[in-house]
Amino acid sequence: MLMNNNVRNSQPGFKMSKLKELTDKCEHLAFDLNFNAAKKWKAEKENRVLVGYMPIYFPREIIHAVDGLPVGIMGGGDRKQIVIGDAYYQSYICHIPRGIIEMALSGHFTNFDGFVFPAICDVIRNLSGMFQMSNIGKFAKYIDFPQDFNSDIGGEFYIQEMNSVLSKIKEINEVELTTERLNHSIGLYNKNRQLIEEIYDIKQAFPWRLTAVETYHIVRAGMVIPVEEHNRILEEVLYEIRQDIGEPLDKIKVVITGAFCEQPPVSLIKTIELAGCYIVDDDFMLGSRWIQGDVDNTTDNPLKALSEAYLNFSTFSSSVYDIGNPKSKRLINLIKRREADGVIFAAPSFCDPALLDNPTYNKECDKAGIRYINFQYHENIGQFKVIKEQVGAFSDSIKLWA
Amino acid sequence: MPENVKKERSMILQKEMIGNLFKELGNVKQTGKKVVYTFVPGNLSELIRSFDMLPVYPEINALQSGMRKKSDAYIREAEKWGHSEDVCTYVKCDIGMMLKGNIGPTGEKVPDPDLLLLSYTGCFTFLKWFENLEKLYPGVPVALIHTPYQENGEITAEMTEYMVKQLKNDVIPKMEQVSGQKFDPEKLKTILQHSADIEDLIVKIFDTTKNVPSPIDAYFAGVYYIGPINIGFRGTPEATEYYKELYSEILERVRLGLGPVTPEGEMEEERYRLVVEGPPNWTSFREFWKLFYDMGAVIVASSYTRVGGVYKNGFRHDPDRLLESLSEYCMGCYTNMNLPQRVEMLAKEIKDYKADGFLVNSIKSCNSFSAGQLLIMRTLEDRMGIPVGFIESDLVDPRYFSYSNIKNRLESFFQMLEQRKLINV
Repeated sequence: MLMNNNVRNSQPGFKMSKLKELTDKCEHLAFDLNFNAAKKWKAEKENRVLVGYMPIYFPREIIHAVDGLPVGIMGGGDRKQIVIGDAYYQSYICHIPRGIIEMALSGHFTNFDGFVFPAICDVIRNLSGMFQMSNIGKFAKYIDFPQDFNSDIGGEFYIQEMNSVLSKIKEINEVELTTERLNHSIGLYNKNRQLIEEIYDIKQAFPWRLTAVETYHIVRAGMVIPVEEHNRILEEVLYEIRQDIGEPLDKIKVVITGAFCEQPPVSLIKTIELAGCYIVDDDFMLGSRWIQGDVDNTTDNPLKALSEAYLNFSTFSSSVYDIGNPKSKRLINLIKRREADGVIFAAPSFCDPALLDNPTYNKECDKAGIRYINFQYHENIGQFKVIKEQVGAFSDSIKLWA
Repeated sequence: MPENVKKERSMILQKEMIGNLFKELGNVKQTGKKVVYTFVPGNLSELIRSFDMLPVYPEINALQSGMRKKSDAYIREAEKWGHSEDVCTYVKCDIGMMLKGNIGPTGEKVPDPDLLLLSYTGCFTFLKWFENLEKLYPGVPVALIHTPYQENGEITAEMTEYMVKQLKNDVIPKMEQVSGQKFDPEKLKTILQHSADIEDLIVKIFDTTKNVPSPIDAYFAGVYYIGPINIGFRGTPEATEYYKELYSEILERVRLGLGPVTPEGEMEEERYRLVVEGPPNWTSFREFWKLFYDMGAVIVASSYTRVGGVYKNGFRHDPDRLLESLSEYCMGCYTNMNLPQRVEMLAKEIKDYKADGFLVNSIKSCNSFSAGQLLIMRTLEDRMGIPVGFIESDLVDPRYFSYSNIKNRLESFFQMLEQRKLINV
């Protein structure tokens, strides 16, 4: 239950410090590029496996169900100096793969068992081949998400893809997938998505209670720790932000889209907020929020349940073929649902999927009378002045003339 | 082409074939023939022809626009419309051409599509491209065929089954609906038999580079040789005749010990034999080719000529396995092969065709080719012990073709090759 904004909490200092403790912990987890928490988890019990997965979405439930920990690999961001990676990629290729290969070749993924490369674009696809050629991990599997959305065609193919990942893990730890285990895992991830969505719902109504940067750390931490632990953190965060904390500022509400793969540096997110925006929705950690609603965890065929959820309840994304269900319409719906004042199209440089969507998105926003701005970034961008001015002008124009 | 270069009969046949296609496209209003826009990799041209429809390939229009110096204006038009400088220039060239009235490279209006056939093979950007086209041609049906990537270096029975189901469920019904004709397996069977014959000839033609001197250039001239099969003539009697003629002309060159025909004339001395990875630059195609001609460098194999199909490994369209065969063709295209497979193929070509060096032309616009090329290059250098070179350009954006940079890099590369030759002597 949301509390009235006007009723101030009697102990704001205490509440904030608990929240700070949680967000600090999440920040530490989210940006531990050596994945110590995950490695510690693996070391605690025999037969556990660590499976790194690249953006955007991957059905983490199947890894969890066979004693594995799916670990999100979002690149080195602005916290890893690129020395080797640039020798692997031309200047006109986006930044994230060079950070990932840098991390792989400098020991960050020691003790990882395998890697999954979901179908996003040709760069991530070919990165799977680079891992194969460089013998990184026991397996490197490109998972080809179906672009056919019929249950008996694309759905069956997707189940085969999931089974292919499972067979590789079974070769390593000999753990058999059972219906009960997978249903249990599905339930845990359902809970995880519910909790994250509640955070976003509260942020929509009371965006000052949790900054976008804090939200980012909290959600990103969930990619490198067991889902059970993340759910506990989310519940604690929710307890805190259900309270009436913080003070509203005169800012506009925006949705950010385009940043689903290569992540913007945290300073960029902070810059947007400082320039006069509350970020009420985003696609930074889109994979954690991919399935809209719950996956059925009561069936005798949970792999099919996951497949059906992917086919029918995926969010919109530049990596998914959208004819018949245009993503531009779905973005407009999201903006309206979040009662946002505008949208920021922030895409990584050289990101074909995000950038090729922009003209369509922009035109749909024009039709709907929604204001927007576009800019490009890369994960280790260090200059924010221009973006701050651009976002500031955008925010002012909405405040003054909308 | 200089006056002293005699036009071979095959060149005349090819010109006629392509001219007739554009004429047919220009007459669709009168003939009522339906037009299908589709892509070169994983193209289902035999299936399209079995419904008496005509194919249009946006990539071919783009590259032709590039060669005719029209792409610059089209790209700028697409950027004005909102596209980023960073994205694929084939897409922007095509969209810009459409925004400027869809006047094709030959100066005639390209007819609007009746069907958008998205053969999503080996290139993720194809998907985005057709999402954009769907908005530009509202109401035109789109058929998608998702070609699974050979991530494990193989084509499994499940992958084939997935594709066959898509053909049966989506592609063929939409073709029936648009063309007004029922699917005719017997007709397709006849077409596929021609395809297999043509594919035999293609393999033989590109294998002639085993000769020293090589009678052909398998990259610059190679793109002309694959033209007919990549723009919808695979499976036609005209194409069979063209390839028979071409092969006999090449055999005659072998008999006479002649080198390749180039726009600058016949190459007289073959100094270096190269394998090239990556598409060519189209906006300065002739200057680009001349850089190699001037140095006596002949391309004996190239990955780009496999982009519309890999036949050297034994694949042939099979009239007895119609839909399975079409599916396996799509999955076998070069950019749908994983990186280790690509390395294997290139290594084999370096060996089979006795190449002196390996060169990457890395294309800004094409991540499907470019991502991973530096690792491919270093792997081949280590494994094959030959000099490797690396140049950068773009498909159809003239802003990314720097003649002097490319020339400097090539000169260094050729010096390396020369030194290696001296050491080996």
